[in-house]
Amino acid sequence: MELHAHHLHYREVNQWLRRCSQDGIHHVTLHGIRGQRYIGTGLNNSLRIHIHGTAGNDLGAFMNGGEIIVYGNAQDGVGNTMNAGRIIIHGHAGDVVAHSMRGGTIYVRDDVGYRAGIHMKAWGDNPPLVIIGGTARDFLGEYMAGGTLIVLGLHDPSAPLVGSYVGTGMHGGVIYLRGTIAPYQYGKEAGLQPLTPDDWEYLQRTLAPFCEEFGFDLEAVLDHTFCKLVPLSRRPYGRLYEGAVGAVSNHS
Amino acid sequence: MKNFLPSDFLVHIGPECILCGRCVRECSFGVLEQKEGRIIAHHARCVACQRCVVFCPRSAIAILPHPSTSRHNAYWTPEQRRALLRQAQTGAILLAGAGNDQPYLSIWDHLLLDASQVTNPSIDPLREPMELVTFIGRKPDHLEIVPDENGELRLATELPPQLKLDTPIIFGAMSLGAVNLRVHKILAEAARRAGTYFNCGEGGLHEELYPYGQNTIVQVASGRFGVHQRYLDAAAAIEIKIGQGAKPGIGGHLAGEKVTEEIARTRMIPPGTDAISPAPHHDIYSIEDLAQLIYALKEATNYSKPVGVKIAAVHHVAAIATGAARAGADFLTIDGFRGGTGAAPLVIRNHVGLPLEIALAAVDDRLREEGIRHQVSIIASGGIRSSADVIKAIALGADAVSICTAALIALGCTLCQACYTGRCAWGLTTQDPELIKRLDIDEGVERVQNLLRAWTLEIKEVMGALGINAIESLRGNRERLRSIGLDVHTQEVLGVRPAGM
Amino acid sequence: MRPAQRYDHAGCATAGILHKGGQLINGEAIIEAIATMRERGNGLGGGFVGYGIYPEMKDYYALHIMYDREDYRQPVERYLERALLLIRSERIPTRPTPGVGLAPVFWRYFGTIPPNEPRPAGESDDDYMVRVVMRINLEFEGAYVVSSGKNMGVFKGVGYPEDIGRFFRLEEYSAYLWIAHARFPTNSPAWWGGAHPFSLLQWSVVHNGELSSYGINKRYVEQFGYRCTLLTDTEVFVYLLDLFLRRQKLPWEIIPIILAPPFWDQIYRTDSAQRRALLTAIRQVYGAGLANGPFSIIIGHPRGFIGLTDRIKLRPLIAARHGEMAYLASEESAIRAICPSPDEIWEPLAGTPVDERLFEEVVL
Repeated sequence: MELHAHHLHYREVNQWLRRCSQDGIHHVTLHGIRGQRYIGTGLNNSLRIHIHGTAGNDLGAFMNGGEIIVYGNAQDGVGNTMNAGRIIIHGHAGDVVAHSMRGGTIYVRDDVGYRAGIHMKAWGDNPPLVIIGGTARDFLGEYMAGGTLIVLGLHDPSAPLVGSYVGTGMHGGVIYLRGTIAPYQYGKEAGLQPLTPDDWEYLQRTLAPFCEEFGFDLEAVLDHTFCKLVPLSRRPYGRLYEGAVGAVSNHS
Repeated sequence: MKNFLPSDFLVHIGPECILCGRCVRECSFGVLEQKEGRIIAHHARCVACQRCVVFCPRSAIAILPHPSTSRHNAYWTPEQRRALLRQAQTGAILLAGAGNDQPYLSIWDHLLLDASQVTNPSIDPLREPMELVTFIGRKPDHLEIVPDENGELRLATELPPQLKLDTPIIFGAMSLGAVNLRVHKILAEAARRAGTYFNCGEGGLHEELYPYGQNTIVQVASGRFGVHQRYLDAAAAIEIKIGQGAKPGIGGHLAGEKVTEEIARTRMIPPGTDAISPAPHHDIYSIEDLAQLIYALKEATNYSKPVGVKIAAVHHVAAIATGAARAGADFLTIDGFRGGTGAAPLVIRNHVGLPLEIALAAVDDRLREEGIRHQVSIIASGGIRSSADVIKAIALGADAVSICTAALIALGCTLCQACYTGRCAWGLTTQDPELIKRLDIDEGVERVQNLLRAWTLEIKEVMGALGINAIESLRGNRERLRSIGLDVHTQEVLGVRPAGM
Repeated sequence: MRPAQRYDHAGCATAGILHKGGQLINGEAIIEAIATMRERGNGLGGGFVGYGIYPEMKDYYALHIMYDREDYRQPVERYLERALLLIRSERIPTRPTPGVGLAPVFWRYFGTIPPNEPRPAGESDDDYMVRVVMRINLEFEGAYVVSSGKNMGVFKGVGYPEDIGRFFRLEEYSAYLWIAHARFPTNSPAWWGGAHPFSLLQWSVVHNGELSSYGINKRYVEQFGYRCTLLTDTEVFVYLLDLFLRRQKLPWEIIPIILAPPFWDQIYRTDSAQRRALLTAIRQVYGAGLANGPFSIIIGHPRGFIGLTDRIKLRPLIAARHGEMAYLASEESAIRAICPSPDEIWEPLAGTPVDERLFEEVVL
C-alpha cells in the first residue's frame, strides 16, 4: 500500500498506518513526507514502513516492533523510548536519537546530532543497539545504562568522530568507536579499553547486516582501529550524597 | 563585690561517667574539676563550648540552659539584665566574640530560588558542564578587538589583573592574632587545593605562609601591621580594610598577652605590646585619600595585582561602595552585620550596621545606576552559612562570597562567643600552645576542603535546576529569586518580586 | 493591551531565507516555510521581518508602530512630528483574516532626524533613534515600536504565522532576507507586542527557547540606557546586539562568542595563545551578555543573517544552501518545503554560528 502524504497532518498519516496494520498489511510506503511527526509511534506489530522524504520529530517513539525505513533524513527524537523493532535511516538524524531506548535496533547511515543514545538502558533479553555510520556530537551515551552504541565515521575522515562529554555518567552498556578518542572527550565515569577478540567477533556479527543494508564493505569497515568505552562503575556517584544508602561515610 | 550574675548553663554529668577525667583536661575555662571520686562543675564559668560533651568517651555530659529562672519579662530579658549586671560590677565596655546573634530578620531565609520546568530545561550538573569559574578584578567597559596581520581577531585591550576562583567562595579575613597560625595554614592549604584564596587579615602574613602567596589576599588595615614590600609582593591581591561588619566604625585591639613572639614577628611589633588598629586609617579622612592609598599600593606593586576595598555594611553603603569603585578599587568586599569578630564591643556588634542582603542589593543597584557595575567585582561577606546563602548572594549581585565563621565551625567552633578570652577550647582563637595543639592541620584541611567541595557541588546542583551552566548567568539575576514574608519596602530594596508574581 | 508586568516564556519555530545576490523574494515563500512547522507554535504568535521591502524609501528610518487602540496614536504622532522629519505616514495595510482576532492598529512612518535638533555632542543618528524608540515604548501608553530600521520592517501579531502573514498581505512585499517565527507562549495573554521578531534599528531577532539568564542580561543592558518593555526575554538580544555591534563596534564574529562562549575547558585547550587570551577576556568582560538556557536564534541584519544555538544545543537549528540561497529553520522539513533538494543541508554545531551574508559586491 502507498500513501502520498505531502499535505497530510501526522494524525491522518498515523490513522492510515493503523488501518493498514489492522487490515493485516505488512508493507506500506509513504511518499512526500515533510516533517510529519510521530510516524510509527507506538508501532506494535510486524508492519514495515518505507518513508520517502524528511521524517519528522519523534519517529518511532515508543516503538514496540515492526520496522521503519527512511529514504531521506530524520529530524530530532528518533526512537525515543523505543522498546523493540528496527529503524533504518538512509540519511542523517537530528538530536536525541534513541533517548531512553530500552530495546530494538536503530541504524543511521550518516551523522547524528547531539545526545545520541542518552540514557539508553538494557532490560530483558532485547538490549538496544544503535549503529551510526557517520559521526555523533556531544553527550553521546550520556548516563548510558545499557545497550550498545557504535559510531563508525565512515564518510568524512576529517570530521571529528564524536564530540565531547561522551559517556558522562555512564554506568552500563558499551560504546564502540571506530577510531580514537582523546581523554578530554569522554566523561570521568567511563573507561577507555582496547577491543578483545570477543569484541571483534561481536562487531563482525553486528556490523554485517548494517553494512549490507547500506552497501558498505564490511571488511573495509573493520580494517581500522577501534576502541570502546565502558562504565567504570555501576554506581558512579557513591560519595556524592551524605547519609544515603551505600554512601561513603566520613565519620571515624 | 558579690557576684549577682546567675549561671547561663548547667553542666550535667550523667551516671555513665567513668571518672576518666577527659572532660577536665578538655575544658579550657576551668569549669570541671575531679575531686573526691566525682566530677564537680563550676557552672558559672561554662560558655557551652561543647568540648567536654564531644570528647566524653561515654557521652555522659550534657550542657543545659540553667534551669534556675526568674520572673518572665519580655522587655527586661535575661540577656539585658545580665549585661547590665556585668557592667555594674566592672564599669567596663562589654565585649563579645563571633557575629551579631540578635533576632533580626535573616533575609536569606525569606528568599526562594527558582527552578526550571519545561520551557527551559534543567541541566544535569554531574554530567553536563557546569562552570563556576569567577574572576575578581577590574574589567574594562568594553573590549577592543581587531584583526591581526593574518586576519585573525586579536585582543587590543589589556585587561587589568584578575584573581581566578574555581569556586566562588574565598576564605575571608581573620588576622593572625584573632586566630592562630594553624588556622591560617589550614585555610591557605584548603584554598590552594580548591583553586581559591584565603585572606590573611590585618595581622600580617606569617613567614611560613609566603609559599601560599599566590592563593593569598593580604590586608592593609589602619594598623598597617606586617605591611612591607615583601608582603605586598607575595600576595595575589591586596585588600584595604576600611571596616568590618561586626564592628563598623571602630578599630581593634589585640591584647598584649596574645602578642606572642610569633605574632610579634609577623605584625612587626614588640612582643607583649597591645596591637592597636585605629578606628580610621589616619591617611584616609576622605574619598580622595582612599584613592591615594589605592594607587600607592598599585604603584608599589606595579599594577600587577587587584587592589580592593573592604567596607562594613552601613546605612550609606551604596554611596561609599560607588565612591570606592570610582576611587580605583578593583573589587569591593561588602561585610554585613552578621560577620564575625574575635572581639568587639557588644553594643557595636549587636546594634550597628546592616544585613548583608540589603547592603549587597543596594550596592549592586547603585553601581548599575552609575553604569559601572560590570567594571568592578563584589565580594559579599558576613554570615554566609550555607551554599544556599552563597547562591542567593550571587543572585542578588555578588561575584563571590567570603566565609570565615563557616570555616571555623567546620574546624570545631561552636559559636560560644568567647573568642576574646583567648581560651578557645577548640584551638582556633587562642595562642595558647597547649590549646593550639588540639587543632590537627591535616584533618582541618580535609574538613574545610570537604566543606568547599560539598557547597560547590550543591551550587552546581542548584544551577542545574535553574537551567544555568555558567555562574555569570546567575550573578545579579534576581529574576530567579522570589521573596516570601518580606515587607514591600524590603522587596523594593532587594529588587526581588514576591513569590507568586 | 500589554499584560501585567511579567515576562513570558515561549517555545517556538524559526525560519529564515536569504538571497545572497540581493534578489527580492516574495513573502509567500517564508510563509510556506514557517507554516510547515505549525506544530511548534500554538496560534498565539507569529511574525516576520523582511529586509529590502522599502527600496524607494531606503534612506529613511521606517518606524512600524503598534497602537493598542486608535486613540493612542495621536499623542505619539504629535511627538514624532517634533522628534523626526517625517516624509510619509500611513496605516500598514491589513486584511481581515480568519484565525486573526481583534487586532491593534499598525502604522508606519518614514523619516530622518531633524537637522537642527539639539543633541549631545557625538550622538549619532542611530543613537538618536534609539532614544526615540525607548521613549515611545516607555512613556506613551498603548504604543510600541515594532521596528525602526531602514528598508526593513517587522510584521507580527497573535495568530499562526501563516495567518499573520496573510493579515499583513505579505504577498505584496518582496525582500532579499526574510525571517519568520511561530510562537508557543506558555502563558497566553493575547499580546501582539510579545510576538517575534524583535527589532531595533537594523537588527532583528527571532528566538526559540527561553533565557534562563534573562534577569542579568536585562540588568546589564539597562546600564547602557536600554529599557526592556516588551515582556519577553527575546527583546534583550536586540539590545545586546545594538550595544556590542553599533555602540562598542565589536566585530561580528565576536557576537556568537559572547552569547554562547566556549566552555572553559575548551578555552584551556585552545592552542593559539592569542585566541585563548581573546576568549578569556570575552568571558571575563561580557559574562553578563552570555545567553544561558536553551536557545536557537536567527539574527537578521541588512547584510544577512546569523543562526546560533546555545552552548549545549538544547534547541534545534538546521542550515542549508542552494545556489545563491541560504536557509535556516528549526526543522529540516521547513527548508525542504521551499527547497526540496538543497545543495547542502547540515546541523550546525552547538554555539557555532551559521553566518550567511550578501555577496560583497551586492550594493543595497
